[in-house]
Amino acid sequence: MAESSQARTSLRMIKIEKYFGSVCALKDINFEVGQNEIVGLIGDNGAGKSTLVKILTGVFPPTSGDLYIADQKVDARSYSVKKAHTLGIETVYQDKSLGEKQAMWRNFFIGRELTYPLGFLKVRAEKQIASDIMINTIGFRGKGIGVDSKASKLSGGERQGVAIGRAMHFEANLIILDEPTVALSLKEVRKVLNFVHKIKEAGKASIYISHNIADVYEISDRFLVIDRGEIVASIEKAKIGLKELDEFLLEYSHGLKDKVQP
Amino acid sequence: MNRATRTLAFQGRLEGFPIAVVLAVLYGAFILSAPEVFSGYRIYMSFFQTVPPMLVAALGLTLVITAGEIDLSFPAVIALSGFVFTWVFRAIHSPVIGFLGAIAAGALVGYVNGFMVARLRVPSIMATLATQFFWYGVTVLLAGGLQINIEDVIATTTHALFVGRLFGVFPVQALWALGLTVFLWFILNRHRFGEAIMFIGDNAEVARVMGINVEATRIWLFTIHGAISAFAGLLLTLEINVFFPTQGQGMLLAAMAAVFIGGTSIAGGQGVLVGTLFGSYVIGSLEAGVVATGIGGYWVQLVEGLVMAASVILNVIMGDEGISALSRTARRWGWRWQEPAIGKPQDQDGA
Repeated sequence: MAESSQARTSLRMIKIEKYFGSVCALKDINFEVGQNEIVGLIGDNGAGKSTLVKILTGVFPPTSGDLYIADQKVDARSYSVKKAHTLGIETVYQDKSLGEKQAMWRNFFIGRELTYPLGFLKVRAEKQIASDIMINTIGFRGKGIGVDSKASKLSGGERQGVAIGRAMHFEANLIILDEPTVALSLKEVRKVLNFVHKIKEAGKASIYISHNIADVYEISDRFLVIDRGEIVASIEKAKIGLKELDEFLLEYSHGLKDKVQP
Repeated sequence: MNRATRTLAFQGRLEGFPIAVVLAVLYGAFILSAPEVFSGYRIYMSFFQTVPPMLVAALGLTLVITAGEIDLSFPAVIALSGFVFTWVFRAIHSPVIGFLGAIAAGALVGYVNGFMVARLRVPSIMATLATQFFWYGVTVLLAGGLQINIEDVIATTTHALFVGRLFGVFPVQALWALGLTVFLWFILNRHRFGEAIMFIGDNAEVARVMGINVEATRIWLFTIHGAISAFAGLLLTLEINVFFPTQGQGMLLAAMAAVFIGGTSIAGGQGVLVGTLFGSYVIGSLEAGVVATGIGGYWVQLVEGLVMAASVILNVIMGDEGISALSRTARRWGWRWQEPAIGKPQDQDGA
């Protein structure tokens, strides 16, 4: 496990388990993420990555176990997407971060609208802030894309940039990136990775989920390997090269390796 | 870009502009071909009298379709609410309680629809098809299959307030329908609830992961449409002073047509309430207009179909880019028309 004596953890999971009926999706999950750490979560399809993300982000609760966010224990029963947002956890999904037909300013504030007392939107304020994020944080400049453009006008990488910029605006301490580069061209993947570097520079933490080892390797400080619902390895980047990591995972997927004690 | 093009580009982005053009062209054609009918004010007063119930129901339907759902049961609500109102009015002579009871009945029907769709996850087209039959059945049973006359409702304030005649000629229900259009426009475009509706219709998963309570929003939406449809039924029953068990039955396809020619897409995610307003008047004027031109009653449906197809095509071509898209499409077809109104490059790659 990563040494986190000087920094508080942004996230800690203790003995998290998730069952769907009698099917065990996650078993005895223990890990933590440091305050300014980028953790790469690697695992094959069906390994349990998505389930883990959904528990983290409050989409559904774990069957058992404890969740600590910024060193505070979170009550699993009252945990929700909104609660996760207030606790500083934001998620960027591969394909469901933005409403395609909606204007950018709506996409920035959906679920967290700035409103007058009766729930009517403060459109001008929302547009002002959205425009600010787009120019300053994300770096859209004079490409004919503004706060009134629909999300469908953006390229895949730009969309992920917007989602990351949105997360940073809402002062996320931990940004979860769930396969953010799937179905993107190489050039677009590069853009997304640059945004992830900005998360690190801003002093925030991130969990980067992917099965593209090269991407994960470049931006992560540490790798967590998940297989069949269990975390089977936690490896510091300093201790392993890309080639070794790749070989390790390959052996793993062929079932040649027993569980490695982290 | 010259001034004229710029003005066109601006109008192209105005909500409901394509269908407003269709309405204007249609009335222009009627005035030319049947001047004796369409140059006087009476025909328009008659439209303001007959269109509002269908328009009101279509406004609620616009919200439902924006959320990516459909509601086929509102005609039954129009019948049920008419029955509740007339029954209460006959029993205790209170139009106010009758009115509130009818709205509550509509909201209840809507809530049941919403519950089936959101909680039991029945696709809305199946759920509301079933409830459409069910509530018509309930209404027929309760009414014993008979119509109910309530001529003495004319003397009530409720009647004057909702379907009275302003200055003795102008049907007040047209103002109610217009007011509801404006109110719902603000709810859809300037309120948190409307934004939730648009995101749910766009992609319910996105809405969910962004913290929208998708199920609760859907239930509210169907409940509200139930109440709105009940209001439509009340306008109808009050106007004609009689309830009949099959009332509303002709409105299903007409209201849907009004929504679609108004520019709201069946795909969900965006709703054009102003378009529904104009679309309802197009649909509501077509039959009378075509008959008045004297080309014969057999032509009515054919012309209706043509106008609807033209409107829908116009909406699809213009999309949200307005006139510029129209002129671009026209040039692709080989017309030498004008330069694209909005000269921004379509940089899809963002490079």
